[in-house]
Amino acid sequence: MKNLRTSLSAFALCAATGTAAMAEDLKIGMVVTLSGPPAALGQQIVDGFQLALDQKDGMLGGQKTELVVEDDELKPDVALLKATSLVEREEVDIVVGTVFSNMLQAIFKPVVASETFLISPNAGPSTFAGKNCNPFFFATSYQNNQNAEVSGMIANDQGFTNVFAMAPNYQAGRDNMVGFKQTFEGTVTDEVFTPLGHQDFSAELARLSTSDAEALFTFMPGGMGVRLVKQFDAAGLSDSLKFMSVFTTDETTLPGQKDAAVGFLAAGTWAPDMDTEANNAFTSAFEEKYGYIPGSYAMQAYDTANLIDSAVAKLGGDMSDKDAVRAAIKAADFSSVRGDFAFNNNHYPIQDFHMLKVAKRDDGKFHTSFVNTIVEDYEDSFHEECQM
Amino acid sequence: MSFTLFMILVLNGFQYGMLLFLIAAGLTLVFGVMGFINLAHGVQFMVGAYLVYAFYGVTGSFGLALVLSLIAALAIGLIFEFFIFRHLYDRTHLDQVLATFGIIIFLNELAKVIFGPATLSIDPPDLLSGSITLTEQLRYPIYRFATIVAGLLVAVALFIIVSYTRVGMLIRAGATSPDIVSALGVNIQRLFMIVFGVGAMLAGFAGVIAAPIFAIEPGMGDNILIVAFVVIIIGGIGSIGGAFIAALLVGLVDTLGRSLSVELLSIVFSPSVANQIGPALASMLIYVLMAAILIFRPKGLLPARGVA
Repeated sequence: MKNLRTSLSAFALCAATGTAAMAEDLKIGMVVTLSGPPAALGQQIVDGFQLALDQKDGMLGGQKTELVVEDDELKPDVALLKATSLVEREEVDIVVGTVFSNMLQAIFKPVVASETFLISPNAGPSTFAGKNCNPFFFATSYQNNQNAEVSGMIANDQGFTNVFAMAPNYQAGRDNMVGFKQTFEGTVTDEVFTPLGHQDFSAELARLSTSDAEALFTFMPGGMGVRLVKQFDAAGLSDSLKFMSVFTTDETTLPGQKDAAVGFLAAGTWAPDMDTEANNAFTSAFEEKYGYIPGSYAMQAYDTANLIDSAVAKLGGDMSDKDAVRAAIKAADFSSVRGDFAFNNNHYPIQDFHMLKVAKRDDGKFHTSFVNTIVEDYEDSFHEECQM
Repeated sequence: MSFTLFMILVLNGFQYGMLLFLIAAGLTLVFGVMGFINLAHGVQFMVGAYLVYAFYGVTGSFGLALVLSLIAALAIGLIFEFFIFRHLYDRTHLDQVLATFGIIIFLNELAKVIFGPATLSIDPPDLLSGSITLTEQLRYPIYRFATIVAGLLVAVALFIIVSYTRVGMLIRAGATSPDIVSALGVNIQRLFMIVFGVGAMLAGFAGVIAAPIFAIEPGMGDNILIVAFVVIIIGGIGSIGGAFIAALLVGLVDTLGRSLSVELLSIVFSPSVANQIGPALASMLIYVLMAAILIFRPKGLLPARGVA
């Protein structure tokens, strides 16, 4: 009896894999960070992508889709290993990843060298936007410097003449500082670099209060952002100073920052309350399924899934002709929840950027709220160097 | 730099120092008395923060949550001692490092599973939520003063216990010659258990009082553990008094160094160069301090045999 059952299930297994192979399934590998404190960001990407997949009954472009999710643990060597195994062993059609730019740099070479398409749902380093752009790489998010550049424009719009700028002492922190100074026309009173993972901001806040600045510009992702916002508020600086930031007050940190962040300004391509039909449908479906308000990470992953859906549908599921696949992705023939979306010559998006403000909803949850559009169809500053 | 700014920095240095002391006190006793390397000590700091978050959510009272968290932190420390650490005392330091490192990974992941990966925060108790106006713009939260006072009280209490009670005498004796203490008929196993439990509770206490100031997240204790090791090495392993002085020293040097380094360097270099070198230099300062002290006092500032 036991023998019969094993052989039956073995037969069923064969049958299942057999039919799967015949249907020319689409296989997508995902490399995101799901360990440690930044896991919240990776989880949003998985959830956003999965939502789009579920809404289409597990099919992208009419093809049954298998999603293989891998955790890069925020370690370049692990990311490299996982990406190589996705490409070589799993033979995925498309790799979606990563959250962090340094992880993208780790997986970039092996993925594109195997002529597998790599789509980044978040990381948008300058490295692959300029002369090192690649025909197998696309970013559905933004180019890293852009949000800080738009923050500089917001500071000009708000009429700030003196701004105190602070960022953690690592590559992305420096990039954001450079981006801000590139567009800001006033004076940067102080440029302060803190250690990564900084705990106590009171020394910096004391310096801020004695400077002549009217506003603070900062980039403090994750736990650093929660600490900074709470300490900024506890020091009573919210009354006299404006708080402008990128990736500091977003849907991943607001549950920790709560009331302390209300009214703070941010730059972004999207906010959950942007009133378009596609966006309302996305945010309400997302909240219903996962019980939290989606951030830009989830939105970008959702868009990535819909982008792949549009491309695969166009190709009728045939992923063999790489040039055709590239053209189908580049067409970006899907309706982004952000609104207008197109790929530039370097495969980074051309899109609108807005000023956002932290708001509290009637049910007590916090989110970023759309205020006004700062710049339309904004291109990154590196695309001209890209020969593609 | 204005005088006010300097005073704020000194206060912050004290406050950071007190936090370090609470963690280092347990670490130095466990290391000094038992010769046991407990890397999982830092994770007890995180456990304390999550405990107060959970109990605060349930009871709605910070005071009650504080008491419950301390009891729970003590219990968790004792459970770990009974089931795991006890079996490692006679093993090599490498085994101890591996086992306690495993506990770090386990507890960090457990915190993520239970509370989620996102950063959490709690508000300080109402009684201490006010602030003192320092300048027109800047206020200093009373809660931060309270943490300094709490640290001082614990330091005094520990000093009295270690210097003037029977348990304290045994701890001091155990730190210098555990074999003799054991040969004299003292239940060294129970002594170790008490030391370990109290150490875990102190680290938990540090986590509790840090929770309203800093954010609560998995892995929050990992970095502070390294600094705590620096503190106990500077202070002298096994010495409570040494840990206290070293913690304040490290707290002040780190806080002042970070703010002053850029200003001092910009006297010599251009501002952009100063901004590049300053933060890097500041984060090295405490290690430079440790190396300098070890050159002149290889056993630390106040070696265990001397004071406590």
